[in-house]
Amino acid sequence: MRFRIYRYDPESGARPRMQDYEIAFDPAGKKVLDALIAIKEQQDESLAFRRSCREGVCGSDGLNINGVNSLACVTALAGLKEPIEIRPLPRLAVIRDLVVDMGQFYRHYRAVKPYLINLDPEPESERLQSPAQRAELDGLYECILCGCCTTACPSFWWNPDKFLGPAALLQAYRFVADSRDQAADERLDYLEDPYRLFRCHGIMNCVEVCPKGLNPTAAIGKIKTLLVKRSL
Amino acid sequence: MIAKRTFDAVIVGGGGAGLRAALQMARADLKVAVLSKVFPTRSHTVSAQGGITAALGNVSEDDWHWHMYDTVKGSDYLGDQDAIEFMCRNAASAVYELEHMGLPFSRLANGKIYQRQFGGQSKHFGGEQAVRTCAAADRTGHALLHTLYQRNIAARTQFFEEFFALDLVRDAEGYVLGVVALEIESGEPMLFESRVTLLATGGGARIFRHSTNAHINSGDGLGMVLRAGLPLEDMEFWQFHPTGIPEVGSLITEGVRGEGGYLLNKDNEKFMVRYAPNAKDLASRDVVSRAIAQEILAGRGCGPHGDYVLLKIDHIGADKIKERLPGIRELSMQFAGVDPCEAPIPVTPTAHYMMGGIPTNLRGQVVAPERYGPEEAVPGLYAVGECACVSVHGANRLGGNSLLDLVVFGRAAGDHAIEYLRENPFPRALPGDSVAASLARLARWERPTGTERVPQLRAEMQRILQEHCGVYRRADLLEAGIAKLGGVEARLADAYVEDRSKVFNTARLEALELENLLPVARATLVSALARTESRGAHSREDYPARDDDRWLRHTLYTRAADQLDYKPVRLKPLTVETFQPQERTY
Repeated sequence: MRFRIYRYDPESGARPRMQDYEIAFDPAGKKVLDALIAIKEQQDESLAFRRSCREGVCGSDGLNINGVNSLACVTALAGLKEPIEIRPLPRLAVIRDLVVDMGQFYRHYRAVKPYLINLDPEPESERLQSPAQRAELDGLYECILCGCCTTACPSFWWNPDKFLGPAALLQAYRFVADSRDQAADERLDYLEDPYRLFRCHGIMNCVEVCPKGLNPTAAIGKIKTLLVKRSL
Repeated sequence: MIAKRTFDAVIVGGGGAGLRAALQMARADLKVAVLSKVFPTRSHTVSAQGGITAALGNVSEDDWHWHMYDTVKGSDYLGDQDAIEFMCRNAASAVYELEHMGLPFSRLANGKIYQRQFGGQSKHFGGEQAVRTCAAADRTGHALLHTLYQRNIAARTQFFEEFFALDLVRDAEGYVLGVVALEIESGEPMLFESRVTLLATGGGARIFRHSTNAHINSGDGLGMVLRAGLPLEDMEFWQFHPTGIPEVGSLITEGVRGEGGYLLNKDNEKFMVRYAPNAKDLASRDVVSRAIAQEILAGRGCGPHGDYVLLKIDHIGADKIKERLPGIRELSMQFAGVDPCEAPIPVTPTAHYMMGGIPTNLRGQVVAPERYGPEEAVPGLYAVGECACVSVHGANRLGGNSLLDLVVFGRAAGDHAIEYLRENPFPRALPGDSVAASLARLARWERPTGTERVPQLRAEMQRILQEHCGVYRRADLLEAGIAKLGGVEARLADAYVEDRSKVFNTARLEALELENLLPVARATLVSALARTESRGAHSREDYPARDDDRWLRHTLYTRAADQLDYKPVRLKPLTVETFQPQERTY
């Protein structure tokens, strides 16, 4: 199989380049991560990439594969056009090869206060939540923070420092939507901003690429609806 | 001199155990640093699926004492009954606490936390099946890990993401004074000085070829402890999960069977009834794994090579599967090419969990036979989670007890460390050579040439453990395995890493991880050869019976000369009566 992989070595002083690899590899049942590991083990140990769970739940290996942001460990090799072109997630600073600096992404996540706020005394057992209330969190809590959505978003590309991006906004709504949370107003105050939220123009790249099948655009839409409702 | 940072406590590992302990200390206004070789939510806790066990009694009558009985029996009586009582007594409050933190548990119609059946659970000390495992669909580990990370953000815990811990710093009197770590991005070593060091580095099932574990599970804390001259406990006990996807290794939760799934051999027979007439598919994991191995050995496995069996769940209906097991459906379609709503999932026993580990007491303090006795605390050193052996899992862990272990003992260790820090307010002087060993290890991988490569040696080690120390063990197989592993260890001296760049050098990282994996593999083989009985997950073909007279005791392995010591099982619980060892049937 043939691959073209983005290489950048910050210590060499050289500009980033695309490097071609050819490896004998039966793609049946295998994922892009399997091929990257084979290349690293058999041909070029200097190739750097992140990986951990290798089953699509830890979110380490978000990459741009043939132009689409996806997780290397769940992207099947079969059916990908060769040479398979692998680049780091777009618009983030590259540390080395396929490893990007996720700092900005994590700062946006932290900015939305991604934790339950409830100042009532804690009951002796669980707080009750009906199955219907709990169902409001489905499609939100499953986010693995891989960064595929945010780095596929043109609004994030233009304003990466000011627009929170789909992943952080999805998490913001995850807590607004939680029947146990008491800080919805405070959360909406923070989001009511021309950049943080309103740079989302419903382009929906995030929905298209999310490896967990989540829909950040819908969550952002719900935040906007809540903002409109409370202004009336 | 290398850069130095100073904290009250340094926690190595950002999974469930490390984050729970960090939270406890951060809330006590201590200066806490969490070092993790990956961003915390990439830790392996994220892969836990089925749930966390606590006798809440939300679905049917339950009692922590029954949970304790099941755990003692599940451990094949090797678990320490004081620690098991402590865990089961504290289980409900630990789960409620997670709920209060925001963990999105699935819910019952009355609004309480959803619970499902899991293996080895009973009411009334061995009676009918209990319903005890609390779940967030089949993503409980993900929900737990993210919730704990989120609480740590709120508590302003300081994270050092992508720092790889190299070695413990210990002074002449045995106090642990911190760790030396490698900043992965810069490639620079850094000294973390702290009065408390807590290891929460997770398991090491990557010593096996077929494992449910993430790539990162290389037993790093275990390697650090062995290099510091401290022992590891019960390393012969590794759980083979009955239902991993063949070749790939991905876990298919026991919750599938808890929700009504069952195993089939190639004759379409529900074979578990022959091995566990009462509990059937919800027998303990060691029992189910042996049953599958027996079916495969008897030629009743499925597929072209007859090397797996089938897990059928479609009969509960697509709606239930999509609601309760959505992650399993996703994994099964991605990695086995099967939609479980329509067809059974191929599964085979797969290395999953390390019951042994760094010996601790039930406050999380690392204990070792130093001067006075086998339970002497190593001052300043704690261990929690899969890397630790407290020992609540004994010879076989029950499903749903590992997430519980993380949060109960994470909290307990945090509490004890807070006390320890109050009693030890002043840092002790660092020894002059505190970073020398770590720097020498790093320098060793700067050598430009050699004949051996790290991935090759790792693969050989994994093959040896798979073939010589699997579900069934035998003296001659284990002896041959030790000899072969010796060959791999000898070749490590000739291994080299061609890439000597500093920034994010993952080839060097894998070399350093191999230096942790190999001693874990050796500890496993040596401990397994010595234990001439079958107990829990350790099944000796040549010693098929449990032997309480000789072997109702814990193994302690020390690296120097492969020394083995033993210490008694703590049969006396904290407040209740001892569960006396009995024949174990399901």
